[in-house]
Amino acid sequence: MRHIISILIENEAGALSRVAGLFSARGYNIESLTVAPTEDASLSRMTLVTRGNDEIIEQITKQLNKLVDVVKLIDLADAPHIERELMLVKIKTNAETREEVKRMVDIFRGKIIDVTPASYVVEMTGQPSKLDAFIHGFEEDSIIEVVRSGPTGISRGEKGLHL
Amino acid sequence: MELSGGHIVVQCLKDEGVEFIFGYPGGSVLHIYDAIFHQDDVKHILVRHEQGATHSADAYARATGKPGVVLVTSGPGATNAVTGIATAYMDSIPMVILSGQVPSPVIGSDAFQEVDTVGITRPCVKHNFLVKDVHDIAETIKKAFYLATTGRPGPVLVDIPKDITDPNIKVPYKYPKKVNMRSYNPVVVGHKGQIKRAVEVLLSAQRPMIYSGGGVILGEGHKELTELTQMLGYPITNTLMGLGAYPATDKQFVGMLGMHGTYEANMAMHESDVILAVGARFDDRVTGKLAEFCPYAKIIHIDVDPSSISKTVRVDIPIVGEVKPVLEQMIDLVKESKLKPSKPALEAWWQLIESWRSVNCLDYDRGSLFIKPQFVIEQLYEVTRGDAYVTSDVGQHQMYAAQYYKFDKPRRWINSGGLGTMGFGLPAAIGVKLAFPDADVACVTGEASIQMCIQELSTALQYHTPVKIINLNNRYMGMVRQWQEFSYQSRYSQSYMDTIPEFVKLAEAYGHVGIRVEKPADVRPALQEAFAMKDRTVFLDFITDRTENVYPMIEAGKAHHDMKLRLAPGTPLDRELS
Repeated sequence: MRHIISILIENEAGALSRVAGLFSARGYNIESLTVAPTEDASLSRMTLVTRGNDEIIEQITKQLNKLVDVVKLIDLADAPHIERELMLVKIKTNAETREEVKRMVDIFRGKIIDVTPASYVVEMTGQPSKLDAFIHGFEEDSIIEVVRSGPTGISRGEKGLHL
Repeated sequence: MELSGGHIVVQCLKDEGVEFIFGYPGGSVLHIYDAIFHQDDVKHILVRHEQGATHSADAYARATGKPGVVLVTSGPGATNAVTGIATAYMDSIPMVILSGQVPSPVIGSDAFQEVDTVGITRPCVKHNFLVKDVHDIAETIKKAFYLATTGRPGPVLVDIPKDITDPNIKVPYKYPKKVNMRSYNPVVVGHKGQIKRAVEVLLSAQRPMIYSGGGVILGEGHKELTELTQMLGYPITNTLMGLGAYPATDKQFVGMLGMHGTYEANMAMHESDVILAVGARFDDRVTGKLAEFCPYAKIIHIDVDPSSISKTVRVDIPIVGEVKPVLEQMIDLVKESKLKPSKPALEAWWQLIESWRSVNCLDYDRGSLFIKPQFVIEQLYEVTRGDAYVTSDVGQHQMYAAQYYKFDKPRRWINSGGLGTMGFGLPAAIGVKLAFPDADVACVTGEASIQMCIQELSTALQYHTPVKIINLNNRYMGMVRQWQEFSYQSRYSQSYMDTIPEFVKLAEAYGHVGIRVEKPADVRPALQEAFAMKDRTVFLDFITDRTENVYPMIEAGKAHHDMKLRLAPGTPLDRELS
């Protein structure tokens, strides 16, 4: 099963490699990993998407908690939550295809943020599956480049992951 | 008080109450070594190889319970220390390693003797730090000691670039009394409800078994473990790391369990209906085939590390907490409880255990013309009246020592259980002897293992640590040879060396006494002679039966009830080939 583990970790040099190293050393799989400082500059927030059965996920959360730099973590998949991913896509365009691409972007509620005579750059956020659907709406050779942030997430309701 | 970084490092160790630093100087730590020169409180032990420093410090910690301290230089100093750091990590030994690093401005430029020490050691330390400011040294070292010694203990490394210890930069020094880390709060006391449930299950058991590991020794819970076990009258087994936590000479002790455990311990585990696991981690050498591990048992598991619980074996009643307070609570609950262990059930259970015990699985050919390694350990036990500190290397000799030396006290059996590090024994013996100069210290080893850190014989002379080296010389890497005999139709690929040094001369070259023993009748007198030489390191080279195997054995992938027992003397496998 897919799990989204959200981690508050000391914003120290090497903290990221402790997490990444743990996953490779113990043979756990990482689908995606995003990390950035929080409103408290001494803390980073990490969102890690992984897959595994209940035993593996239990071990992953225990091993993560054991890292001295990890302050707190939750498995977002345990409760209602919101998940978003940012994607930037560079798409080939020409006089004939421009309107069609623009319509697609509108349908998916994306934004065109760069234009050249031969290309658009599209910005889009949403569930990973929505971003997949957008990409699949194009011929493969019309996509020049795709950049995705990996999902990040937050739980629903008033409770949150903080100190 | 204003001090330079180098002096701060040494002052921190003094304030932490450190007795010994085991180390080796080099470019990046010269400022620290100069500070060491200016004082006598913290004694520096100059080893001959950084691996030796880590093993000595590690064994000092195992024997005393106090953290071991290591100081090495950057680059090769640090990489040589890695094996010893990993050894301590696998066995959860509190240790603080200070490593020099190239000056901050050149970090990352592939400078001379530069290596990413924090990166290399990350997977084998509890935590590590790179100090970036001279003002941070004291707090970082305090954190290192705090982390190393609390919760599940382990090695912590502090990497210190050379410019941070510059003698010309002085800053105010104050050693923090304590440190708080918001991200690190080890659990001490176990969950009351869980403990209550555990006691109920334990008291209603028909075929109970207590299985305890190194955590009981690390957590100083041996008295409580013994009290609880004797109160209940239940059988108890110890892991390789847990030997000595319960007196081995007591009748409730059924021996070590696992791959080379006793028949009775493994059979009792297999048939038991309730297992109380205390400070043990269900290591693969203990469990054998996981799918068939203790098929009838409800398992209670006490451990300070939540990640040890249900890691390989699913546990029914987990209790996260330090073993000593949890066992104390259990003792109180057992005393208060109206429920009592069922006498008839327990009697029937003990009868069954005695029938397994009567197989006498540790018996061996006592009439052999060759020296049997088991006989040497039995004699060692008698000559030292069971009261020596015994360190070991890794292999057959390690198993013989664990099987035949009956440890009645904790912290007496000092071996590399988790990582299985050959070369551990001799530097370990030196570390123990420094801590307990008046105690008998024996290093049980083999002719292959001893050569991995033999240079420490020189350290033993310099610091006058008269240990006794019990070399079980079978002219083979015995455990490798045994596996090749069992699983590779006796194709002894590379498990033999034909240029073994003359250990007697080698010992003498290092300034020690060497004795070669070739006949069974000479074993005891040689041991007596060696231990009578209180102020000399003695190398006893026992020429043992080269075909002897460690029995009983659970072969890899098999379950507890599927043990290979020794065949009766005279059958082909047991014949002397030499």
